[in-house]
Amino acid sequence: MIKNQTLKVGIIIAVLIFFLFGIFGIPKSFTPAGLLAAMQERIHLGLDLKGGTHLILQVQVNDAINADSDRAIERLKDDLKSKNIAYGEMVKPDPQNHPETFHVNGVSPQSIGDFRSLVSDRLPDYDLTSGPNNSFTLTMKPSIVKDTKTKAQQQAIETIRNRIDQLGVSEPVIQEHGLGEYQILVQLPGVDDPARVKEIMQSTAMLEIRQALGGPYGSEQEAMQANGGILPANAVLLKGKNIGGTGQQGDQYWVITRASAVSGSDLRTADAGRDENGRPDVKFTLTGEGGRRFYAFTSAHVGERLAVVLDNKVMEVATIQEAIRDEDRITGAFTEQQTQDLSLTLRSGALPAGIKYLEERTVGPSLGADSIREGVRAAVFGMVAVMVFMLVYYKYAGINADLGLILNLVILLGFLGFTGATLTLPGIAGVILTVGMGVDSNVLILERIREELRHGKTPPQAVDQGFKHAWTTILDTHVTTIVSAIILFLFGTGPVRGFAVTLSFGLAANLFTAVFVSRTIFDSILSRHRRGEALSI
Amino acid sequence: MEFFRNTNIDFLGKKWYFLAFSLIFSVAGLLSIFFWHGIPLGVDFKGGTLVYVKFANTPDLNHIRAAMDRAGLKDPKIQRYGEAGNNEVLVALEQRETSESALDQGKTTIIKALESGEERQSGKRDVNNTGPSSLQQYLVSKDPLHLGGIDAPARYLVIAQQIDDFRNKQRGGVLKSVDELKGVAPAEVVALMEQDFFTSNFAVRNVEIVGPQVGGQLRKQALWATLYSLGGMLVYLWFRFELIYGVGAVVACFHDTIITIGFFSLLNKDITLTVIAAILTLIGYSMNDTIVVYDRIRENIKLLRRDSLADIVNKSINQTLSRTILTSGLTFLTVLSLYVFGGEVLRGFSLALVIGILIGTYSSIAIAAPMLVAYQEWRAKKSGRATLPAASAAREKAKAKA
Repeated sequence: MIKNQTLKVGIIIAVLIFFLFGIFGIPKSFTPAGLLAAMQERIHLGLDLKGGTHLILQVQVNDAINADSDRAIERLKDDLKSKNIAYGEMVKPDPQNHPETFHVNGVSPQSIGDFRSLVSDRLPDYDLTSGPNNSFTLTMKPSIVKDTKTKAQQQAIETIRNRIDQLGVSEPVIQEHGLGEYQILVQLPGVDDPARVKEIMQSTAMLEIRQALGGPYGSEQEAMQANGGILPANAVLLKGKNIGGTGQQGDQYWVITRASAVSGSDLRTADAGRDENGRPDVKFTLTGEGGRRFYAFTSAHVGERLAVVLDNKVMEVATIQEAIRDEDRITGAFTEQQTQDLSLTLRSGALPAGIKYLEERTVGPSLGADSIREGVRAAVFGMVAVMVFMLVYYKYAGINADLGLILNLVILLGFLGFTGATLTLPGIAGVILTVGMGVDSNVLILERIREELRHGKTPPQAVDQGFKHAWTTILDTHVTTIVSAIILFLFGTGPVRGFAVTLSFGLAANLFTAVFVSRTIFDSILSRHRRGEALSI
Repeated sequence: MEFFRNTNIDFLGKKWYFLAFSLIFSVAGLLSIFFWHGIPLGVDFKGGTLVYVKFANTPDLNHIRAAMDRAGLKDPKIQRYGEAGNNEVLVALEQRETSESALDQGKTTIIKALESGEERQSGKRDVNNTGPSSLQQYLVSKDPLHLGGIDAPARYLVIAQQIDDFRNKQRGGVLKSVDELKGVAPAEVVALMEQDFFTSNFAVRNVEIVGPQVGGQLRKQALWATLYSLGGMLVYLWFRFELIYGVGAVVACFHDTIITIGFFSLLNKDITLTVIAAILTLIGYSMNDTIVVYDRIRENIKLLRRDSLADIVNKSINQTLSRTILTSGLTFLTVLSLYVFGGEVLRGFSLALVIGILIGTYSSIAIAAPMLVAYQEWRAKKSGRATLPAASAAREKAKAKA
């Protein structure tokens, strides 16, 4: 019995030390300030408590599908041309909602066999279905669509992470957000400047080099008139800055091909610099593959014009003097800061698709600190009141309950320290429920012991019976709540999860402290108890 | 010390009073939900813009409202926030002020409206509403210390953060003049900033902007997660007790939730995400309380086989009454302390808990336990014989045999 008891006390002390380590790690100094600093390092506070910027954004994954199907169209055109297969036109009926589908109309009847084999050979990612009048519909396979979208999201996360890294934010969170499709959660502790963050992030920096077919035009109408009221099927009208000093004011319009010769993912480096006239510019070099494509493009179009398109805006238009292999630069009406930013966004990789902001929250650093201070003060006040009451109401047995409560909090905080889970405001709600149920467990046990004593049982019997009966109740209440916490964790996100995490940790700790620790303390009191002496409860 | 000893209150005899009490509160809440305030969803669920602004002096709400009107913002909600001495104001805009392309349009408009026109036109920036990264960007581009080198951005970031820290921590967010920065930042930086910056009389401390899409998803998801978790608890109680116990406990939780939400509707207080966390907490409490009573009923059914269920339920409630009052009282104490001292941010959260603890305790005695008796009476009437639906006698027998 005694040996058993020593072992139990040993276990309790080991658990205490283990979780204290979870909270503080090995602190550099044991002064209050040193301990506080150590604790702050181990226990991560959520943005609502610490202050910072929280953004939820959605990746416009259809952009990526559009880019892919545009490339497929261009490739198919080239291939059909080289195989001398005649066709009417290729159109994308609904780029907005069905970017994965395009039609090829009027394929010459005698080449349909060739056309089919060419498509299955060259565009294996597309399903081919035939329609009336030798028209065909190509649709990207659903699995490929899904894959492309997921990849676009992944790449967006990577890209944003790279850009944020260069902002020098500590402990940023950039991850998939479970609530909706293709959403990303960005949390930047200590940053209360969302405008600037978004500036860096939002600039999609979809850099493309495309062919300029016509322009500049002073207005949309002018552009349409010049093209006989209808644009070529492979071209779009894009806005551009006033390039080349034609003396006109305001925006200019250009007719630009839909497909790009090279895009942001072909980019290897980008640096801010100045051109020979001292104007700020951005020089970039391309990857091997991108360089080859750029070379093929420029050599096929010598004398024609290329356009540097950034986020669907024409930044520069230049006549191709000769085939260029893998270097170019963007000059425009840039300030130095803009070229710095642009080169940064280009360097950290292009976003494969645009992003849309769904949620923006900023908690000022002082406000987060205020709510912690007030919350902690209130919680400590409440706890102390509860503990004092337990002592008054249950006398020595109250010490038992109070020790259990303190150990419970130590274990809970230690859990948070070990797992790196963040403590948020809803998480604190979980702590409050835990503390409440911890108090309840003790009250249940102590009331039951009193009841058994009233029925004339001896102290050891009463303690034994009290724990036995209270145990089923405690188990039921705790398991029920843990079941609900686990379900909340599985089906909830963000705040609901934070609540579920601290609650499950806390309840597990509760089962240990209320039943095992409390019992051990009682037993050690009883072992020193003289027969017939009343229990202080 | 003991408060309750061998109480013998006939709780079941008062079931009609309980029913009346619960009906009055739930119906009042439901009426308010359907015909008056609706469910006052916070920006988290409804979408919209909230901007918390701190002023240097006592703000004049009419003045602010006029400025918002001039900026073309339609019925913004403008109210004081927190203690009067804090000079804080909350400006809330409806969903329609956020736009697809620029989520933060409403916020920008508010800041512009509050900055006095003259200074804005001068092209200067507002030092009180420039964050550290923007300040860094500005310093890098102007380079007042002539650092030039690679590490200039890092060094200016440190300076920008010092300035921001000073403004937030030493001056409560609002500087009265750029002069105050002397000694905080290098003299060259302050001199430069004096040319390019002005000081408005306010600082934006906190912003919440939620687009419609997220709000809807969050609403749906919080609802489903809660319902699933109630279902999970029901299944567990079914397994440990009997189906009717699970149903009784879940009905009691619904009762508590409806009354709490009804209270929020009556008071027209916003239900935010933290309030949802509080509602989850109160569901946990109510469930805990109910199970404690149920557990005692189950135990007593085994001991007192000759008593009627109504007597057993009454006895069980009385036996656990001391514990119920103590636990609820202590928890209530903690929550009340949170409500009183917890500050403005925790106000809605702790209010939900204050109401929830009271109602949750009440419901386990007044709703969950009587439901067992009502169910048994209903079954007895239907089949013409009295059966105890508790701790299934058959199951006990099976155990005894084994």
